[in-house]
Amino acid sequence: MVVLALRAGVLGQLVRVSLLLTMPIAVSVVLVSVFTRAGTTVLFAIGPFDATVEGVDFAAQTLVRLFAISLSIGLFLMTTDPRAFVFDLERRGVSPRVAFVAVATIEAVPALVERAGVIGESQRARGLDTEGSVRARLRGVLPLIGPVIIGALTDVEERSLALESRAFSRPGRRHLLWAMPDRTWERWLRWALIALLVATAAARISGRI
Amino acid sequence: MLGLHGVGYRYAGYAGPVLHDIDLTLADGEIVGVVGANESGKSTLSLVASGLAPGSIGGGLSGTLTIDGVDMAGRPLHEFSTRVGIGFQNPATQLSGVTGSVFEEVALGPMNLGLPTRETVERTKAALATLGIDQLAEREPRRLSGGQAQLVVIASLLAMRPAHLVLDEPTAQLDPEGTRLVGEALRGLAATGTALLIVEHKTDLLDGLCSRIVVLDAGRIVRDGPADDVLADPRLDDWGVDPPSRIRLGRALAMRDLDPALIAGVVGS
Repeated sequence: MVVLALRAGVLGQLVRVSLLLTMPIAVSVVLVSVFTRAGTTVLFAIGPFDATVEGVDFAAQTLVRLFAISLSIGLFLMTTDPRAFVFDLERRGVSPRVAFVAVATIEAVPALVERAGVIGESQRARGLDTEGSVRARLRGVLPLIGPVIIGALTDVEERSLALESRAFSRPGRRHLLWAMPDRTWERWLRWALIALLVATAAARISGRI
Repeated sequence: MLGLHGVGYRYAGYAGPVLHDIDLTLADGEIVGVVGANESGKSTLSLVASGLAPGSIGGGLSGTLTIDGVDMAGRPLHEFSTRVGIGFQNPATQLSGVTGSVFEEVALGPMNLGLPTRETVERTKAALATLGIDQLAEREPRRLSGGQAQLVVIASLLAMRPAHLVLDEPTAQLDPEGTRLVGEALRGLAATGTALLIVEHKTDLLDGLCSRIVVLDAGRIVRDGPADDVLADPRLDDWGVDPPSRIRLGRALAMRDLDPALIAGVVGS
């Protein structure tokens, strides 16, 4: 994974984002695991809670897993164009509707953020105070919720009408304009990784690792 | 030929109908303009004529919608899409959001029709060239200006090559040059036999483009006739419609006892 991230030029960004995403969960995992995991070797005690070696070991394992998951999801999102991904899925037989829902979902987040930004600016221009204390910021968020959600729903309705008028609901296969470049060594690498995954799972189940 | 015969339409959840007894027929190659005040039912008429109401948004339809003599009641929506294209006034919501370039966006419709790749590409290039936006082909649709997006949306409709096209304020966000290009493209399209129904506040666009104008008021057709006659009708103001600048200027000249024919050359140029 590190080699892939390095090759894509996103290693630093990937580590930073993964750490940021993992940190809030990591703190709670460490606290819960270290102090509540049953164990025989006590390192130190805080009040009624004992920090045990077994707890530290379990917390470390969980953190590594969390970080690995975060890294793999982050690497995927940073190096894969979601539209290219779903169009390739469609080329491999997935329904265009499923592909559209997948892309629309991914694309909805930045669109909502952008809409919220525009509405927030217009609310501020009309005197709404959104700066300062947490209370003031919360007060600024509440008037955004209605317009953002209603506007997004209206947009979805109009977009679905526009798509209907462009034969989106027509049954049958479409001839896609392009295919993802898929080199021989990439196919071999994918199969090798799948084989490695199966072998690792089998070894794990049989107790060899 | 697209025909609405005694059509009334009520939105789901509305107490009463928004359209009443609409009788309207578009012959092949005919360009018909629809004008009227806000809330007069123009956009609803567009939705009904394209089959989206009630096909997609529900509601109740009375009367019949026919395309080339065939009653379209109960037909699946994708059958409409090959026969009637529709463009709305807000281009942002008409971009699919699933394509990475303008070329792919324009090609989406032909692709959905299941056309061979070669034909999809040919239609896409032709549609972009017609509106003079070939240079936008590689641009990301989300990064376009409002006017550019509107041209891309119209190109997307042209690429579908529907026999009938319904446009709801197609030039709402366009500058004069963009409006001129769209006007030329629509004229060219009509020359190939496509029937066009254009809902528009800008009567200047309809003047000279449409052969016929329909005026809607409170969901009813109150005037239907040759464009020159309707646009010169003194009741247009009462129906909440601004006459085109040619007519207004002519009236202003007439009020000062000047010959309105003086402006013919100026407006023509």
